[in-house]
Amino acid sequence: MSIKTSDLSLNDRLKKELADTTMRKAIANGQDALNTKRNAAFAELGNYEEWRENAAAVRHHVLENLDFYLNQFAENASANGAHVIFTRTDKEATDAALEIVKAKGVKKAVKSKSMVTEEVGLNEALEEAGIEVIETDLGEYILQTDDNDKPSHIVVPALHRDREYIREVFARKKGYTGDSVPENITRFVRGLIRKEFLEADVGITGCNFAVADTGTVTLVTNEGNGRFVTTAPKTQIVFMGMERIVPSFTELDMIFSMLVRSAVGGKLTSYLSFITGPRGEEDRDGPEDLYIIIVDNGRSKVLESGFREVLRCIRCGTCMLECPAYRHISGHGYGTLYPGPLGLALVPVLGGYENYSDVTKICSLCSACNDVCPVKIPLYELIYEHRRIIAEDEELVHAPEPFVMGAYGKVIASSGIYDFGSNMARFAKFLPKVGPLKEWTRERDLPEITGKRFRHWFKDHKKKGGKS
Amino acid sequence: MSHNVSFFATCLADTVFPDIGIQSVRLLEQLGCTVSFNPKQTCCGQPLANSGFHKKARATMKNLTTALLEDNSKYVVAPSGSCVLQVKEYPKFFKGDPVWKKKAEELAAKIWEITDFIVTVLGVTDVGARLPGKAVYHPSCHLSRLLGIKEQPLALLGNIKDLELVPIKGQDKCCGFGGAFAVKLGPLSGAMVIEKVDNIKAAGVDYLIGADGGCLMNMKGRIDKEKLNIKVLHVVEALMAGKEEGTK
Ligand code: SF4
Repeated sequence: MSIKTSDLSLNDRLKKELADTTMRKAIANGQDALNTKRNAAFAELGNYEEWRENAAAVRHHVLENLDFYLNQFAENASANGAHVIFTRTDKEATDAALEIVKAKGVKKAVKSKSMVTEEVGLNEALEEAGIEVIETDLGEYILQTDDNDKPSHIVVPALHRDREYIREVFARKKGYTGDSVPENITRFVRGLIRKEFLEADVGITGCNFAVADTGTVTLVTNEGNGRFVTTAPKTQIVFMGMERIVPSFTELDMIFSMLVRSAVGGKLTSYLSFITGPRGEEDRDGPEDLYIIIVDNGRSKVLESGFREVLRCIRCGTCMLECPAYRHISGHGYGTLYPGPLGLALVPVLGGYENYSDVTKICSLCSACNDVCPVKIPLYELIYEHRRIIAEDEELVHAPEPFVMGAYGKVIASSGIYDFGSNMARFAKFLPKVGPLKEWTRERDLPEITGKRFRHWFKDHKKKGGKS
Repeated sequence: MSHNVSFFATCLADTVFPDIGIQSVRLLEQLGCTVSFNPKQTCCGQPLANSGFHKKARATMKNLTTALLEDNSKYVVAPSGSCVLQVKEYPKFFKGDPVWKKKAEELAAKIWEITDFIVTVLGVTDVGARLPGKAVYHPSCHLSRLLGIKEQPLALLGNIKDLELVPIKGQDKCCGFGGAFAVKLGPLSGAMVIEKVDNIKAAGVDYLIGADGGCLMNMKGRIDKEKLNIKVLHVVEALMAGKEEGTK
């Protein structure tokens, strides 16, 4: 996979997702449940704004000094015995992994959930090289089993599916005969995956945060699969987005508090894994070899752009959970790996405007995301700025929009033309319902325009000495 | 004390919902203000700016700035959080233009959203209105989140006699309007307004009250399409209810 997850046009994607009522119900229920939990978790913590300020400051500081911290991390991780590999592109990143698995003669890989591996298209690259890849996060496993369906959310990848659908997938693909009770499905999957953990030659993980001053890689998971992936196989490969770093455990503590509360509404996840180097002499488990592949893949470009703030992101998914547009179309409606407000702010720079300018339209500018992002990324402002850049670049906007907007701009900039135009507006109801009118009237009636104008009333009102 | 107020009607209230403008003026006058209206004014330019067409929007921003400053009043008041937000953002659009930036700053500093003006500047929360029935209040996004005007409209509505405000599910969620968004991504905007109106319907109310014409037009469009018996009112219309005798 890459950042792009669909070949359909924006309108076709929206049409498809809006028609999927089961998905819409699942997403709405998911949003409501997770938002309630998150609000409770933060209410209990208290001083929400202060926490957000501090978390934003830490992330900001890291980005301002990213070269320093990356260097420090790489030195410390190497001193711990890990192999650190810097990669510029998705291809370089997957090539680095391929080199390792080929040298080790790997046949089977187990993975814990990682967005950056999806971003660089790791699974496809490994499979092409004849390596079997098994996703072990339950959500990802559901998607993989369901003909490699795409994640609809960055934390809860199968948020768009309900339990009945999931039961049916496992019945069809894996011979599951039980009911749709989540615990029963999970038990069944657990039985299937356990064997894979023991057989796999390599474990592949993402990295929630790297700790610069100790060279530690950390993983936040709920299912225990992450722990298994990092302990059973002989070789471990970590994929890490180059901005996912904190100076020390002190900052990590605070960022985790924000991440877990935001992502799942809990105080802590069931598992927090800290991996500092490969297995030592006295260790009873852990990989013999540990590789850390640090991925740029456009992040330097973002860092240098006016959109640097979006790299503060801790991938909690909260902005998606609050987004009223995401609610009806899920991540799939965006056609991008990173959906929702985060996606709108990040993807056009990460993947280029020429490919991803349409996605910035999926926003009513309600700014709900701004109020909940735990690291205070000004998502609304970034989306707004993308729109300006796109509109002012003739290559990117498509006729007739600039023409329509230009004509409209001329009308409203002159009170004379505006007066004439708005006096004519009462005839709108006689217009054929095409274009914008059609878009409006499919689900809504047009307001009745009577021709009565405020400005005429006001003139009259003043004439009568304010007695009308 | 009489306040001189230059009224910015907003294009929507000028052309589509004249009653919002009319009742705003009557209300301000009842509260002792002297209201002027400069007919050179048109639109704040938001539909252009929100779509990214900043250059094209600047001409209308200049036009509005000139019109609203010309009256030389201490305050400019408008019945829309969204348009007030846009005007307050004007200085950002004239970063490289010190002359217009200064004017934009002057205007931004003296423009007020009407409920904020009544509560904060005039210090009034009870305007003596009466409106029997149940209502849902919709806190429009730009008004409540971006301008932070949350309590003012509620304080005013809370003092309307015989009016009961009923909470709904997803109260602070966007109604799906978003200006040009509603026609650019019509089906998605439609899905959003359908959910909003479903929640309003479930509350079993007589009125939907809001402080932004655009959002109200959107929700009213759906309410009318479903032929629901819910009357849509701008907050100024609610605040003038029950005291209109003799002013028509
Ligand atoms: S942008 Fe903010 S809210 Fe959205 S995923 Fe990133 S950190 Fe979370």
